[in-house]
Amino acid sequence: MLDVPNWPGHLAGQHVDLRLTAEDGYQAQRSYSIASAPEDRDLVLTVARVDDGEVSPYLVDDLQPGDELEVRGPIGGYFAWEDRMTGPVLLVGGGSGVVPLRSMLRHHRASQSTLETRLIYSVRSPEDVIYRDELTELAGDDTIDVRLAFTRTSPPEWDGLRGRIDAGVLDDLGWDSSPDAVAFICGPNGFVEFVAQSLVALGHPPRQIKTERFG
Amino acid sequence: MNPLDGNAIAGPLASFFGTEMTTAEGSCRHCGRTSRVAELRVYASGPGTVARCPTCEGVLFVVTEIREQISVSSDGFAFVAGA
Amino acid sequence: MAPVARGFHGRRRTEESGRLPPGQYLTLDFPVLSAGPTPHTPTDRWSFSIDGAVDRTISWTWEQFLALPTEEVTVDIHCVTKWSKLDTRWRGVPVDSMLHNVSTSAQYLTAWSDGGYTTNLAVSDVTGGKAWIVYEYDGEALEPEHGGPARLLVPALYFWKSAKWVRGLRLTDEDEPGFWEGYGYHNHGDPWREQRYQGD
Repeated sequence: MLDVPNWPGHLAGQHVDLRLTAEDGYQAQRSYSIASAPEDRDLVLTVARVDDGEVSPYLVDDLQPGDELEVRGPIGGYFAWEDRMTGPVLLVGGGSGVVPLRSMLRHHRASQSTLETRLIYSVRSPEDVIYRDELTELAGDDTIDVRLAFTRTSPPEWDGLRGRIDAGVLDDLGWDSSPDAVAFICGPNGFVEFVAQSLVALGHPPRQIKTERFG
Repeated sequence: MNPLDGNAIAGPLASFFGTEMTTAEGSCRHCGRTSRVAELRVYASGPGTVARCPTCEGVLFVVTEIREQISVSSDGFAFVAGA
Repeated sequence: MAPVARGFHGRRRTEESGRLPPGQYLTLDFPVLSAGPTPHTPTDRWSFSIDGAVDRTISWTWEQFLALPTEEVTVDIHCVTKWSKLDTRWRGVPVDSMLHNVSTSAQYLTAWSDGGYTTNLAVSDVTGGKAWIVYEYDGEALEPEHGGPARLLVPALYFWKSAKWVRGLRLTDEDEPGFWEGYGYHNHGDPWREQRYQGD
């Protein structure tokens, strides 16, 4: 949770750049998606801890309330929920790529949007799911549908999606027949590339497929 | 080496141009393809960062941060006015 | 001034033996840096040429190149992005023995690569046992992501000078900035003098 002086507000889907400076001047900079909705009182980032990472273990393990960080943002405008969208919305997240999509779903609810919105969230195992309870609760909204796809381990008696998301899943769950449909895809590079290309092949309008990749 | 996309340089571009740039459109001076900045292929691991055309991989932008100073060379990219 | 992130050190190791140039940190893995997609030039379409301000252009096919006398070298490498890696082991052909085939009065050259990358060097920085065209790393064929089939190795300079996927050396009478040198990086790039940027 960040308290940023003079924060101008953000759009769901935007990110911030964080820069860390060590005592001897060494610096490292990373981008993190904003997890909170524009309507939320607090600005929240969700950071996935990368075991051999340079910055995320510090943020997750060492950072204390009251510590100061250098924040630049909000950043981005392309990968952002626009209230003027008219079509159904497909959100596809891989791993921590779900973070900006969670901001969008919270915004959807807070702004009482009526756009049909479906999240497909590809995740390794039940233990890796972030915002599990909140997603379940959001899925109670008439216009929000949440589908989890477990790529490695699924819960006992799971009757939902298993394995990597493939073209068949996207064909079943996408909005490819609607000319106004918008898709937001966020995750690791290969995941985003595959989903985006599959949606194009299924007839989804390419200009309305928005992607954000992380390394 | 997997490239990122133009969202990865949104921060330095916004600092340099003074405005959000990921939705800006332009055409590649090598092959003519029109892209939005967010759609470019971005190689961020080098001394500086290189954004390339998603069609021909020609160099469109080079972003450097030298002594705290961000520089952007966009010689390969012709911005479409008003986009 | 940027606020100091209390307790942040980064993923860094320092080294006390005096082998790390100023501002550098030790790494044990081998970071992959690239300004573009990895070319995959098959060796049957690979050649290496020396041209430009020379009395005659010369080129080698992959087989001819492999037939040249090689050296194995163990050197420290230093990247301008601040990592250094010690005791890296390479096999390749000394640039001396390749340049020996041409006659030139040029004092500079541009190393050029598949994918369009270039970097400029003084002839004196790649002669006298200071540079190799290498095709093995740590006893194995050099992987494409690290510059295979062959890259330039100039360990005395920052590693952007050690062009990956190198295909030729073009001798020039004037010093012509290469890719990164044209965007503000130092023309010479000596890590011990911390020549990172123009003006250093």
